[in-house]
Amino acid sequence: MKYDLEFDIISKASPAPGFAVLRLRRADRLPLPPVAPGQFVEVEVPDSRHTFLRRPISVNFVEPDGMTLWLLVRDAGEGTHHLCNLEVGRQIRLMLPLGNGFGVESRRRTLLVGGGVGVAPLLYLARLMDEAGNRPDVLLGARSAELLLQIPEFNKYATVLTATDDGSAGHHGVVTTHPAMTSGEYDLVCCCGPAPMMKAVAAVARARGIECMVSLENMMACGLGACLCCVENTVKGHVCVCTEGPVFNINQLNWQ
Amino acid sequence: MTPDLSVRLGSLELQNPVLTASGTFGYGEEFADFVDLDSLGGFIVKGTTLAPREGNPYPRMAETPSGMLNAVGLQNKGVDYFIENIYPRLKERRSEVIVNVSGACVEDYAEVCHRLAALDKIHAVEVNISCPNVKHGGMAFGTTTAGASEVVTAVRKAWPRHLMVKLSPNVTDITEIARAAEGAGADSLSLINTMLGMAIDVERRRPMLSTITGGLSGPAVKPVAVRMVWQTSKAVKIPVVGLGGIRTGADALEFIMAGATAVQIGTANFLDPAATMNVIREMHDYCVRHGIADINSLRGII
Repeated sequence: MKYDLEFDIISKASPAPGFAVLRLRRADRLPLPPVAPGQFVEVEVPDSRHTFLRRPISVNFVEPDGMTLWLLVRDAGEGTHHLCNLEVGRQIRLMLPLGNGFGVESRRRTLLVGGGVGVAPLLYLARLMDEAGNRPDVLLGARSAELLLQIPEFNKYATVLTATDDGSAGHHGVVTTHPAMTSGEYDLVCCCGPAPMMKAVAAVARARGIECMVSLENMMACGLGACLCCVENTVKGHVCVCTEGPVFNINQLNWQ
Repeated sequence: MTPDLSVRLGSLELQNPVLTASGTFGYGEEFADFVDLDSLGGFIVKGTTLAPREGNPYPRMAETPSGMLNAVGLQNKGVDYFIENIYPRLKERRSEVIVNVSGACVEDYAEVCHRLAALDKIHAVEVNISCPNVKHGGMAFGTTTAGASEVVTAVRKAWPRHLMVKLSPNVTDITEIARAAEGAGADSLSLINTMLGMAIDVERRRPMLSTITGGLSGPAVKPVAVRMVWQTSKAVKIPVVGLGGIRTGADALEFIMAGATAVQIGTANFLDPAATMNVIREMHDYCVRHGIADINSLRGII
């Protein structure tokens, strides 16, 4: 079941310049519907003069109270700029939960790999894996140390590894050159980030024979599988990222 | 007072004038969590072709001021898939289900309609001679009177029930095309399909769409659509179905006052999955507020 609900922004933080975390609670104060890690919401953008469509945003985190949901938003255009600048107390409308999500692995050795705002769905996934008794490793990549997002939060649920392009924190280089990627012993890699990064991570995982799931963020309008705008070319032909994804096994994608 | 919102569209009796526009509402069930599908006037399912189509490459969508461009290119699984897999679910619906039909050549349109004719719960087809996003067929038929007439004549022979023809706004005089479709046997006309448009990402110096051009929809096109509905409804005797940027009950009433018998909600479904329900409620509330007993009394008053 999907819902279209009003939420209150109950607090707001900026984990790095150009990013905001909005903490949201239903305006009617009822519990959230069940949300799987990797699922997303479609957010209405209030007060935006030139944007028109909702914005698809990954669920960053669901607090253990089952009432409070976080969205990690990158200020990347007019729509997300407005979202980042909304004040605490404002109401916004969210359609949720959308898409399929990552499975929560309770057994297999799992590396979560996030780049930029792509770390968003991995935090909630890490919490649920940790609670399932399978604390994951998480490899976070960014251009530089100040753009590594939500390290304190990830530390609660995962063993955190980092890579920065300029070497200002952790491994000096991109995530695919980090020892965890090149020689770490894992059964599964779950990745979300910019498309070039995900393709590079997928290539390493494939070469090493590690199963790999990626979360795509193709541009979309409806989020419900109706507009057919967000399609990805897969082994099954064009499929909607919003309903068949956003999480795909790389074997389903024509990425070779 | 409970105002009467029912309208008659040729042989179709609609419980209210609100239909969903093809390609914006899937097969209805995608919206079932938000919309009481049985309370719609009807829904028009997405463009169906003879053979399955993968559509155009990604990216197929670009947001523009008060609207969006799309270049989906009629992705669908083909008419036989529809008949075998979709129709059995749709035929239980109380609302009218109208199938939007497209083709690369005249014979394709006729063959799709011929196969659909066996489905007795499909009381109408909407023939799309106005898709701007396919290389062959589509809008090519809808921009000349000869092309429109040729397709509608062929479909008329293959299709025994209500025949709606969806017109393109990308023409000099839409009333000429409208009259050609009417003369070839159309029972109603729906307008407007999307307007041909284009957007460029200046940072990357590339077109926003893989196809460079695409179809513009949303509130940005509404005034053009209202104007064309007004002109067309005065030029033909068959009923006109208005669409283009309708989001609210007031928007829908503009089209009705301009001469439309029914309306279609399209892009608004992407903004608000319950847009159709809001439009119906707001039209109802308008009639109550203005003491309108029958919505038909508002049609074509301008």
